[in-house]
Amino acid sequence: MEYVIEAKELRKSFNGVVAVDGISFHVRAGECFGILGPNGAGKTSTIRMVYGFSPMSSGTLQVFGIPITEGWRAIRYRIGVCQQENTLDPDLTVAQNLEVFARYFDIPRKEARKRAAALLDFIALSHRKDARVPELSGGMVRRLVLARALINEPDLLILDEPTTGLDPQSRHQVWERLERLRAKGLSILLTTHYMDEASRLCDRLIIVDHGRILVEGSPADLIRRHVGEDVIEVVTPDEALRTFVQSEQLSHEDLGHRLIVYGRASDKLFRKVSHEFCHQGCTLRMATLEDVFLKLTGRELRE
Amino acid sequence: MNRISSIALSGRFIRVWQRNLTVYQKIWKVVFLPPLLEPLFYLLAFGVGLSMLVGTVQYEGTAVSYMAFIAPALIAINVMQNAFFETTYASFVRMYYQKTFDAMMATPLSLEEIMTGEIIWGATKSLMATIVMQAVISVFGLIQYPAGLLIIPVAFLGGMAFGSIGLFFTGTVRAIETFNLPIFLFVTPMFLFSGTFFPLDTLPAWAQAFAALFPLTHLVTLARALCIGTLSAGLLWNVAYLIVFTLVFFPLAIRKMHQRLVK
Repeated sequence: MEYVIEAKELRKSFNGVVAVDGISFHVRAGECFGILGPNGAGKTSTIRMVYGFSPMSSGTLQVFGIPITEGWRAIRYRIGVCQQENTLDPDLTVAQNLEVFARYFDIPRKEARKRAAALLDFIALSHRKDARVPELSGGMVRRLVLARALINEPDLLILDEPTTGLDPQSRHQVWERLERLRAKGLSILLTTHYMDEASRLCDRLIIVDHGRILVEGSPADLIRRHVGEDVIEVVTPDEALRTFVQSEQLSHEDLGHRLIVYGRASDKLFRKVSHEFCHQGCTLRMATLEDVFLKLTGRELRE
Repeated sequence: MNRISSIALSGRFIRVWQRNLTVYQKIWKVVFLPPLLEPLFYLLAFGVGLSMLVGTVQYEGTAVSYMAFIAPALIAINVMQNAFFETTYASFVRMYYQKTFDAMMATPLSLEEIMTGEIIWGATKSLMATIVMQAVISVFGLIQYPAGLLIIPVAFLGGMAFGSIGLFFTGTVRAIETFNLPIFLFVTPMFLFSGTFFPLDTLPAWAQAFAALFPLTHLVTLARALCIGTLSAGLLWNVAYLIVFTLVFFPLAIRKMHQRLVK
């Protein structure tokens, strides 16, 4: 089977600092693949190599079976990229942003007009087609960036933190569009540090930190493997609970003011804990990707 | 070996040029005013005001009016300013604040094509401004035709020279304020000492030799010969200098921008 992206031992260093340290992964056709990681983990550096923006320091990388170093131009004709920063053209109107971008892909003017109109409809911005970019809200800007990345009808969509900084309504607007695209069979490569976003959109994902892959799998699979099904959180745990958890050899994390117990079908355990050790409050909830992420990448601040 | 192919230049640079033209078409009414009004201001101030004191200037052995002397210099300065300010301030804004080049580098355009498009656009602005200015100056009868028509291709060549060195500075400066330095050390001395407002042969020999390094000196010489209609084979040296200047700074500009943008 041919992969849309096949990366082997990707490495990238800038001025002696290693940003990507031997990452290998592949993306199948029609799949949404996520790269998760804290700030500075190497997510953006990785995808910049995939679309031929940054040269690799070493490794091999094929997109659509074409090596990026030789076929970068042929590859770029077939991909759409939403960069993290707003790179829309503030000198142009909303519709012109799409039409001018279409020229970069040698799309004839008439066809570009047609596609631009359809895409503006898709992102619900037809009524603002003559507005200038600085007049748009953050959510509109993101949707327009997405529309612009689709102007060449790509086979692969690359999204670098597509919803960072958006309000909940706008995030759902973007997600809903991405789900429609995925349903049509578009392959998607996405970076994010929002776990709900990854759980909702990604078929498979990798969690990276310090330029290396920590784990790979589907969201549900990763949760089951690394956390379990449920999580019990106890606020201000006492020594009795700590002793209990240790003696029972329960998988847990002690944050001082909060104790987190990872488990499987923990109803009985929860009843015991809440009955015997719970003073300030304790909750039983389903395990999430966020638990996996924090367990693997730690809880220190990344800046 | 893993580098994205080092030289990837094709006719696609025209897409970048077109993008700038599309923006220009929205604001052309404002952009056309300076080349229209500037020669009028200068001719009024220097030509009418100063020529009372100066009278005529000796040029190639003949006496020409001071207005006829500075009119071609105004064209040459206008060529310099249009291309230079386009590929410094305007390109820097596109590069740094608007991330226009970052967006382009996710499309089939190469960095080389983007930068070529920028420089040729700068030269195009010089060309368009020259045509407007030339029309105004022609009304005063200060340009001899048909030789004067050659000013148009010369304006484009001059635009390429100044556009290339402008983009070289854009690839080099740390912040937009730093452009003060090349303007203070490069543009201002050229504006004054390129045979623009007084003949170069009034300067000491060492200063003349120094002025011969300025691309504007050669552009002024060409524009003046074409306006006054004193064509000679020696002008080919001036053309050659501008071509060589472009051939040096054009690849240097691309290299600097490569170092700056490709990480």
